[in-house]
Amino acid sequence: MKCAVLVFPGSNCDVDMYKAVEDCLGQPVEYVWYTRTDIDEFDCILLPGGFSYGDYLRPGAMASMAPVLAAVQKAAEAGKLIMGICNGFQVLTEARLLPGALRRNEKLKFRCETVELRVENNNTAFTSQYEAGEIIRIPIAHGDGNYYCDEETLSEMKKNNQIVFRYAGENPNGSIDDIAGVMNKDGNVLGMMPHPERAVHKWLGSDDGKRVFTSILQSWREKNGVTHGA
Amino acid sequence: MFKAVVYVTLKESVLDPQGTAVKGSLHSLGFDEVSDVRIGKYMEVELDVADRAAAEERLKEMSEKLLANTVIEDYRFELVEA
Amino acid sequence: MSHMEPNPQQIADEKVYREMGLTDEEYAKVVEILGRKPNYTETGLFSVMWSEHCSYKNSKPVLRRFPTSGPRVLQGPGEGAGIIDIDDNQAVVFKVESHNHPSAIEPYQGAATGVGGIIRDVFSMGARPIALLNSLRFGELDKPRTKYLFENVVAGIAGYGNCMGIPTVGGEVVFDNCYEGNPLVNAMCVGLIDHDQIQKGVAKGIGNPVMYVGAATGRDGIHGATFASEELNEESEAKRPAVQVGDPFMEKLLLEACLELIDTGAVAGIQDMGAAGLTSSSAEMASKAGNGIELNLDLVPQREKGMTPYEMMLSESQERMLVVVEKGREDEVKKIFDKWGLHSVVIGRVTDDGTLRLLHKGEVAAEVPVDSLAEDAPVYYKPSKEPAYYSEYAGVDTLNIAEPSDYNETLKQVLSAPTVASKEWVYNQYDYMVRTNTAVIPGSDAAVIAIRGTRKALAMSIDCNGRYVYLDPEAGGAIAVAEAARNVICSGAEPLGITDCLNFGNPEKPEIFWQFEKAVDGMSEACRVLETPVIGGNVSLYNETNGEAVYPTPVVGMVGLIHDVDHITTQSFKNEGDVLLLLGETRAELGGTEYQKLMNGSVFGRPPVLDLEVEKKLQQTVLTAIQHGLIASAHDLAEGGLATALVESAEPGLGAVVDWNIGLRPDIALFSESQSRVLLSVKPEHMNEVCELAAKNGTSCAKIGTVGTDAVSVKINGRELINTPLADLKAAWKGAIACLMQ
Repeated sequence: MKCAVLVFPGSNCDVDMYKAVEDCLGQPVEYVWYTRTDIDEFDCILLPGGFSYGDYLRPGAMASMAPVLAAVQKAAEAGKLIMGICNGFQVLTEARLLPGALRRNEKLKFRCETVELRVENNNTAFTSQYEAGEIIRIPIAHGDGNYYCDEETLSEMKKNNQIVFRYAGENPNGSIDDIAGVMNKDGNVLGMMPHPERAVHKWLGSDDGKRVFTSILQSWREKNGVTHGA
Repeated sequence: MFKAVVYVTLKESVLDPQGTAVKGSLHSLGFDEVSDVRIGKYMEVELDVADRAAAEERLKEMSEKLLANTVIEDYRFELVEA
Repeated sequence: MSHMEPNPQQIADEKVYREMGLTDEEYAKVVEILGRKPNYTETGLFSVMWSEHCSYKNSKPVLRRFPTSGPRVLQGPGEGAGIIDIDDNQAVVFKVESHNHPSAIEPYQGAATGVGGIIRDVFSMGARPIALLNSLRFGELDKPRTKYLFENVVAGIAGYGNCMGIPTVGGEVVFDNCYEGNPLVNAMCVGLIDHDQIQKGVAKGIGNPVMYVGAATGRDGIHGATFASEELNEESEAKRPAVQVGDPFMEKLLLEACLELIDTGAVAGIQDMGAAGLTSSSAEMASKAGNGIELNLDLVPQREKGMTPYEMMLSESQERMLVVVEKGREDEVKKIFDKWGLHSVVIGRVTDDGTLRLLHKGEVAAEVPVDSLAEDAPVYYKPSKEPAYYSEYAGVDTLNIAEPSDYNETLKQVLSAPTVASKEWVYNQYDYMVRTNTAVIPGSDAAVIAIRGTRKALAMSIDCNGRYVYLDPEAGGAIAVAEAARNVICSGAEPLGITDCLNFGNPEKPEIFWQFEKAVDGMSEACRVLETPVIGGNVSLYNETNGEAVYPTPVVGMVGLIHDVDHITTQSFKNEGDVLLLLGETRAELGGTEYQKLMNGSVFGRPPVLDLEVEKKLQQTVLTAIQHGLIASAHDLAEGGLATALVESAEPGLGAVVDWNIGLRPDIALFSESQSRVLLSVKPEHMNEVCELAAKNGTSCAKIGTVGTDAVSVKINGRELINTPLADLKAAWKGAIACLMQ
């Protein structure tokens, strides 16, 4: 499985995402600059956290217009696995690859800490290695993680099991329905505010995020009929 | 040449925590008559186009594409010939 | 605007130079150097370069007392940041700098640009910044203005550091009335570098092009360096334009572009345009190389129209660097900066005549010997006088305090004093995890950053207790170094060296200068004994409001090397039943303590005594025990004494049961801030080995209890004085600042 870590001007969790793929999967991974228009060679596309374009105007807004996003759109339509973390999630909502929007945290402050998440749907390409309802510890670090969508979209998402993660403890940002991560209807695009790539070693405080990556690999292998060792 | 002023505001149904915080501060400063505060963005855009219709068309396009996120925001603009 | 500039004769007659900060004597010296009267631009160049902020003219003779060399030192003071070898061709780069006055006027931008500046100092050396720390001081949190400053300084640091993607992993926040009008905002950056990548701020190679890279120049921050060298008063608010606005996004791009550029090997010299902007970077780079520089100011990227040479040279617009490039490789540079969407323009060249020559619109706008601006700036030997309070405090009884009737309540009061209380409210606003190397997050004695691809890690801490320094500058200065080293030791690291930020009042007052000298003496002695050389730093004088100085506050930033990640140790208790050992002697010392402040409302007397030989032995004991795998947790005893340390080390379900016999009154024993003490928790089977090790090193070691469960109970001399659910104590400690800020 070949992974792309997209890099926009101002991305800053690109290195973390790259290391997580290396450490958890040992699969080939490359940085892909935002001006690239052809990313067909990649099986999995990762949009990292950070402050693309300084978060100016709205977080993710300008990155969602970057040339590489047209290629991401195409990859999404082709059913490839795409995951956006934090700023990457904001980019995916701004690009309308995921429903809803992320607003300023309710208490208006940036918040960095490790929180508890509940795995709401483990029947996805990103969470198959978790138990349903499992509580995991994953760090957050954001100032604009307050998820919003209208009632209709929310009930639609519930119906389709698109809500993948919810905050299990205190809601840290005011997100509607305690939402921490959602996927598209087809189940191949995931966005989440918490950072699984920061929770991949015990010495980092938690390794609960590792299984997001291993789930992705497993799902890719199953889909492509690849046995272990590929 | 046209100059546009674009206003981007949160949709009425969307909570504005910044506005709520400012309202609270105004109340604590004694401005008790303040019943609501909503915070938005103000942008000045200069356009090098010949006619008003074209300017309006382009502004609408850029507002919907980038300047506002229509999932949570509304926009309007005023256009003056410069 | 240029037509409004006074001519050289008017500058002399109307003493215009005074408004810029030059004295009559200094102006006369400029005339002597040039052999003529300087024009307006030249007067400006001298005034900023001869300000205390750039020239250290008042502090230089004292700073020479610091030990600055050692077997691991690769770069001492004088460059953007100091560098220390950490083996395997790797080195650590670090520096601390103040942004006090800008933060007092505009806290968000003042703090943000302080962070931006120190990051540039580190990456201009060629290093990848890996961590940020900060040391902050404000008035007491009972005034709206103080809360406003605190809230916005923290937000400014967060806004800049988070966007840069550099984790803010440590710091200290202290509240005291003396800082009310003049908060202290000191930012520290730590970077990692390979030996062969080390850069210097030198204009090497006659004929080499001088390139301007980064953001365009505007009128912001003109005379910031001079502003930093004056006392704050009511008029300071009116000088607001001197505050710059930061753009962390721009700096992130500049960081990546500069590191990519350095990789090409095309760089002959590089320096940040920090204080005094283009003036200091060009003059210092030329002076250090023994060369000159000629700049064509028409080529400088400008954000505003009609800027004069004076404005361009003195602007402190942020996120800019000056780079001297090997001749013929300009296009390579341009290609990299184009990729990152940044300006890169050749604006001049290196010359052989030792002159800074500025061209503007076909005319020579200034022509000044570079050495006269840089290393030949005036040096003053200020008079020094022991202040009256110092001898008055000598004989004062600090123990005349009524014993508390309810120790549980007193402990809660100490824990919720904002200076002692948990700083979670602060550091949860900082991204302390980005780059996924943070092995110990904020809240322990030192933060620890792992070095990927090795077994090594770096521990870092920033410390000072201004009260101690005020009460006895020499002892207090030494304690600042010793405590920083102790914090690093408790994390399992060997202390490597320090950077310092010397925040003092107006040095023209002999009593202030005395504090300055004595503090430097104390720090120097501690650095010698503990073998932690000073590799760089910053002096911030004139920290006064309406004539009242802050406490002398020489902040110490220390970095230590953890040789193996297995040695990483935190202050948190690990297992119920572990034995609590207290290393070091506890004496009846309350001068300058949090307890004295709480009970008396003020601080007086002498601070705790520090014996550096005892300190050194203690540190050796702790580090050896950690390296031998004998220690579960280690915590330096500091503000609030043993009682506070117990609560800080406790974790949910891991309280403390203490039964301690000591020949002191219980409150004194619990809240004394005697130096050279560390609280250890060790597995019972390791207790004897640790005690033997301590005995061998001559470090006193007492078993005072065990790690318990859900409460903290303390029995002193057979009397049970404290018995409180841990959750209540933690709530008092963790909730105090959030509660005051609501």
